[in-house]
Amino acid sequence: MDGTLPRPISLPQMHAPHPETWLKTTPRGLYVEPGDFYIDPTAPSDRAVITHGHSDHARGGHRHVLATAQTLSIMRLRMGDEAGRQQQALQYGESLTIKDVTLRLIPAGHVLGSAQVVLEYRGSRAVVSGDYKRRRDPTCPPFDVQSCDVFVTEATFALPIFKHPDDKDEIAKLLQSVQLFPERAHLVGVYALGKAQRVIMLLREAGYDAPIWLHGALVGLCELYRSSGLDLGEFRHVGDMPKSGLVGQIVLAPPSAIEDRWSRRLPDAVNCAASGWLRVKQRAKQRGLELPLVISDHADWDELNATLDEVGAPEVWVTHGREEALIHAASQRGIRTRALSLIGFEDEDPV
Amino acid sequence: MKPFSALLESLIFTPGRNAKLAHLRDYFAHTPDPDRGWALAALTGALNIAAIKPAAVRQLAESRSDPVLFRWSYDFVGDLAETVALIWPEHHDDAHVAPALSEVIERARIAGRSEAQGLLGDWLDRLDATGRWALIKLFTGSLRVGVSERLVKTALAEFGQVSIDEVEEVWPGLQPPYRELFAWLQHGRARPQVDHLAAFRPLMLAQAVDEADLRKLKPEDFCAEWKWDGIRVQVLGGARQTRIFSRGGEEISAAFPEIGDLQGLDAVLDGELLVRIGDQHGSFNELQQRLNRKTVSAAQLKQRPAFVRLYDILFEGDEDLRSLSFEERRARLEDWYRRRVLHMPLLERFDLSVQLPFKSWEELEKARQLAASVNAEGLMLKRRDSPYVAGRPKGLWFKWKRAPDTVDAVLLYAQRGSGKRSSFYSDFTFGCWRDDAAGNAELVPVGKAYFGFTDEELQQLDRWVRSHTVERFGPVRRVEPALVLEIAYEGLRRSSRHKSGVAMRFPRIARIRWDKPASEADRLDSLMSRIKD
Repeated sequence: MDGTLPRPISLPQMHAPHPETWLKTTPRGLYVEPGDFYIDPTAPSDRAVITHGHSDHARGGHRHVLATAQTLSIMRLRMGDEAGRQQQALQYGESLTIKDVTLRLIPAGHVLGSAQVVLEYRGSRAVVSGDYKRRRDPTCPPFDVQSCDVFVTEATFALPIFKHPDDKDEIAKLLQSVQLFPERAHLVGVYALGKAQRVIMLLREAGYDAPIWLHGALVGLCELYRSSGLDLGEFRHVGDMPKSGLVGQIVLAPPSAIEDRWSRRLPDAVNCAASGWLRVKQRAKQRGLELPLVISDHADWDELNATLDEVGAPEVWVTHGREEALIHAASQRGIRTRALSLIGFEDEDPV
Repeated sequence: MKPFSALLESLIFTPGRNAKLAHLRDYFAHTPDPDRGWALAALTGALNIAAIKPAAVRQLAESRSDPVLFRWSYDFVGDLAETVALIWPEHHDDAHVAPALSEVIERARIAGRSEAQGLLGDWLDRLDATGRWALIKLFTGSLRVGVSERLVKTALAEFGQVSIDEVEEVWPGLQPPYRELFAWLQHGRARPQVDHLAAFRPLMLAQAVDEADLRKLKPEDFCAEWKWDGIRVQVLGGARQTRIFSRGGEEISAAFPEIGDLQGLDAVLDGELLVRIGDQHGSFNELQQRLNRKTVSAAQLKQRPAFVRLYDILFEGDEDLRSLSFEERRARLEDWYRRRVLHMPLLERFDLSVQLPFKSWEELEKARQLAASVNAEGLMLKRRDSPYVAGRPKGLWFKWKRAPDTVDAVLLYAQRGSGKRSSFYSDFTFGCWRDDAAGNAELVPVGKAYFGFTDEELQQLDRWVRSHTVERFGPVRRVEPALVLEIAYEGLRRSSRHKSGVAMRFPRIARIRWDKPASEADRLDSLMSRIKD
C-alpha cells in the first residue's frame, strides 16, 4: 500500500496498560471497565455508549445513553420512551471524561450520526469503530482515520468476493430499468435507516427529480434526515394511492415488504433491492429480485484491509461477520488479531 | 462485452416473459453488428468455441488468489463460475480495456483449448465482475439464462416488426453473426433466402374445443383423426439426409438416426414421432426414454425403434403445397407415400395417420371416449378446406382432448411464486395417502402444480396457506394437511427420483375441494395402479 505509515512495532509503552486489561468482552457486549460503561450493549444497561441507530446496536431500556445527537433522535423516533431515561449528546470530536477514561466520538461514515468510539486510558488508546464504510455518502460525514493501539473492526463483508461497485453505476441501472419498463413501478427494498436516504440522495444526484414514494415505515426517518438539513427532494407516502398513480414511479420499502401482501398495491412491480449481499447473484436470485443493486453501507474487502493499514494499530480485534477471513489476511501482514465473537449482532442485512 | 454481460444478468433475474423480451429487444436495438449477432448465437446455442472445463477455471483462479480465502469464498457463494468472477483481482487502469464480445468470440473460435485458457486469463483481467461471470459462462458451456431459442426469435420478430413465422422461415439458412438477418430486420433490406428442403417451417397448430364449441360447427366441413401421444415433428427429407425438428424448431435428428439417415425422401412432412414396441406404438413414457439424448445405443434402437406417423405434406421437391386445401394435401401425401415409401425399405419408418369417418359429433364423441385405449390424447379436427398456415390460426384446426385423469390429493407445501406472484403462495405440492412401515396412514408428495386456478382462487389459496401454516423454510410453508385439491394430469410414469415412485405429466389444479375431508383423498396405490407400462 502506497502512503501507509510504518506500523508501530512495539506494543503500548511499558507503563500503559494493554487494552485487553481494561476493554472487556462480556455476554452483553464490550465493557469499558475503568469507565463502567458498555458500548452497544445487547441488554438493558446502566450506562451505554451507542455507535449508531441500527436496531442491533441501539437497543432500548438503558438508563443512561451517550451518543451523537443524531443517533439519539433516531433512537427516540424508533423506540420512544425506551430510548434511555437519560440521554447525553456528544458532538463529533468533543471529548468527555467518564471516571478514568477519556472518550470521543468520530465519524464512521455508516449512517447519519454513526460514530467510532475513541477510548483513552492511561496512555493506551483503543478505537471501537462500530459499523463503517469508506465510500462517499451524501447523508453522513466520512470515516475518520484515528491511529490507535487496538482497533476494533466489524467484518460483515470480509471475503475477497465482496468489492462493492460504484454506487453511481448501480443507480444508473435502476434509472435505465425505469426507462425500459415505463408501465411498471420499481419497488426498491432498502433498510429504513441509512440505505433509504442514501438511495434517494443518489437518485437526486443522478438527476432524478420526480417524487419518490415511500412505504409508511420509511417516512419518519426520511423526515428526520430532512430536518437534520439533508435535501431529499420530494417524497410521499404511498398510502392509498391507486395503482394507476404509481405507474412508472420509484417506490422504496423495507425489504420484507416485497414478499408481503403490501406490494400488491403496486402496478406490476419490478422487485429491486439495494444491499452489498446482492453482489452474489445466487443470493439475489434466491430472493426473487428482478433488479439487484449492489449498494452497501459497510466497508468491502479491500476497504476493510486498507482501513487496518491506515489506522496502523499493531493489534486488531474483529467483531461480527466473517472474522476468520479478515483475521487470516491481517495475520499475513503481521497484525496481531483476535476474534471477539460478540453475540447479538446481525450477521446479515435483512436483504 | 459490457452490454452482453448486462443482458445476461438481466435475463437471469427477470422472471416475466414480456420483461425478458423487452431486455432482448433493447439489446438488439442498441448493440452494433457483429456483437449482437454473436450474442444471438450464444443465446440460441449456435456458438461453437473450445469449451474450458470448470476445473481449469478453478485452477486459474486459485493461481491468482489466496487458496484459503478462495475456499472460504467458494463455500459462501456455492457456484464456481461466480466465485471466480467475484474473487478475480480487479485492475482499474488504462492498460486493461474491456474486450468487445466480437473480439472474444472471433478469437476463441479459432483457438485450441490450451490457447483458450491463456486467453481466458487475459480477458478476465480486463473485465468487471459481471463481465467475468458472463465470460466464464460462455466458455464453460451453456449459458442457462432462462431463455429458449423460441423466445429469442420472438424478440427478434418484435424488434424487426415481422412475424415470428417469418423469422423461423429464414432461420435455418443463417449463420452467425447474422448480419443479413439484422440488415433485414432493422434496415428493411432483402429477406435472407433459404433452401426449401433445408429449412424448418413453423408448424400449424390447433385450437382447443369442447362439446359446446362443436355445436356451432358443421361436421361435414371437417376431417377427423387421432391426436397421437408422441411428439409433433417436421421431417425435412433432402437428397442425402433427413432432418427432424421438434415443434419449437429444435433439431433432434441426432437422437433418431434410424430416420435421420434416410435418403431421397424429397419432401417436407408433418407428423408424430412415436416408438414401436412389438407391433404397436409405445406410450409417451416409452418415447421419453429416447428423448434428450445426444447419442442412442444399439439396444435402444432395437427395443424402441422410432417411426413417424404422417398427417400432412408441406413441400414435395420444390413445390410448395401449403396453399392447397387439407383434402388436396392429404391426397398428395397418400400419393407420395405410395410412390416413395411403399417402394422403398421405409415401411417401418413411416405410416399414415388414419382418417376417422364420422357423420355427427355424437358419433365422434363415441370415438373420443376410446382415445385412451389407442394411446391417443383425443381427436384432431381439420377443416377440409384449410390451407397450411403457420402458427395457431383461428377456426381451421381443432384439438378435442379426452377428459383428463384426475386425482384427489392433499395440499402439503406451498411456495411463493416469482415476478407478479412474488407475494402469493402459488406453487403447491400435494400428496396421497399410503401406509408407513408401522401401518399408519401417511401422506407422501406426488407432484407440484402452479396453474389451473383462477386469480380469485389463487387469492383464496394464498389466504388459506397463510392461516394454516405449521412451519416455514425460506419461501416454502408447510401447511396443515387439511385441504383437498383435485389434480388433473396428462399421464403417469414410474420414477425412482420421486419419493412416491411416481411422476405426473402436466399436473394442474382442476378444482379446490373445500368440501372434502383430507382423509378421503386418494391413496398412492390407486394412483400407481393407473400406470400403463
